[in-house]
Amino acid sequence: MAQADAHAEGQQHPLGIYIKIWGWLFVLSTCSYLVDYFHVEGYLRWSLILIFMMLKAGLIVAVFMHMMWERLALLYAIIVPPVLVMVFIAIMALESDYTFDTRYIFFVGGS
Amino acid sequence: MAESAVTDTGGTVTRPDGMSGFVDDWSSDQRAFKNVSWGKAMMWIFLLSDTFIFSCFLLSYMTVRNSTTVPWPNPSEVFALSFGGEPIPLILIAIMTFILITSSGTMVLAVNYGYRNDRAKTAILLLITAAFGASFVGMQAFEWTKLIVEEGVRPWGNPMGAAQFGSSFFMITGFHGFHVSVGVLFLILIARKVWRGDFDTEKRGFFTSRKGRYEIVETMGLYWHFVDLVWVFIFAFFYLW
Repeated sequence: MAQADAHAEGQQHPLGIYIKIWGWLFVLSTCSYLVDYFHVEGYLRWSLILIFMMLKAGLIVAVFMHMMWERLALLYAIIVPPVLVMVFIAIMALESDYTFDTRYIFFVGGS
Repeated sequence: MAESAVTDTGGTVTRPDGMSGFVDDWSSDQRAFKNVSWGKAMMWIFLLSDTFIFSCFLLSYMTVRNSTTVPWPNPSEVFALSFGGEPIPLILIAIMTFILITSSGTMVLAVNYGYRNDRAKTAILLLITAAFGASFVGMQAFEWTKLIVEEGVRPWGNPMGAAQFGSSFFMITGFHGFHVSVGVLFLILIARKVWRGDFDTEKRGFFTSRKGRYEIVETMGLYWHFVDLVWVFIFAFFYLW
């Protein structure tokens, strides 16, 4: 019974939204490629790359993987844990900066 | 007993939405994901664990790149390709990105036609997706060959700069390519089942003995979109950085 219900509630949506999102993914990919092609540098490069990346990832998860139509119980179970990886990224960024400094002092600078 | 019967029929009882619905679902008995079958929930949880694996790869890549005092090879130049004239930066990677996005689109269409019980269209779209996936892996093989044979990149060193470039590159793109390859096999397997009509006749699977349903196409789609998703991050962090 439960199985039949789950089937009846399968993710069925109009084709139009998929085609639209598909188009946007192409546009965003082209944009991020053009960032490299035109040699955009510095903070502008970084913010553009990250914005295009997050938009693409968001569209894929929300629409193609149907997350926007799922109940919050599943959404939080899947989306919240990867957000915590940010803490790990921050720790390793600090650690690698420290490693760089020590390597610079002992291998390169030699002061 | 009466209580669990109510939760089992999840679809007929309207459950609250939003935050109270979330608390309600998680604190309910037996089953937290109310309108999601176990197969789909387990695929999501597998993908979550895979997310952690790829996060760790990209994290270690960030760490070695940040901490080396030797200059990092410029990916824009390393992955440039010339068609007779001036080398075009990252062109092969851009084509690979577009191929993967195209395959994501055909996959989502396959899921949609699957739920409409359109056997032929679903099977054909799944096979097209598999073909795009296979061509992605082919291009990656070409890229690896070029890097190993012509540029002399090895996991332990390369002539262009930091030695960690090779190890990070082969590790990350290799693991991703492996995922794509497994996905292609998975796609062909499901396409065969769809074509044979297993999901129309509800033929039982040889392994799980459960009735075949078109939902497996959606579960397959989750995996395939995840592979595309990982490529989005690899493209941004490895090739564009």
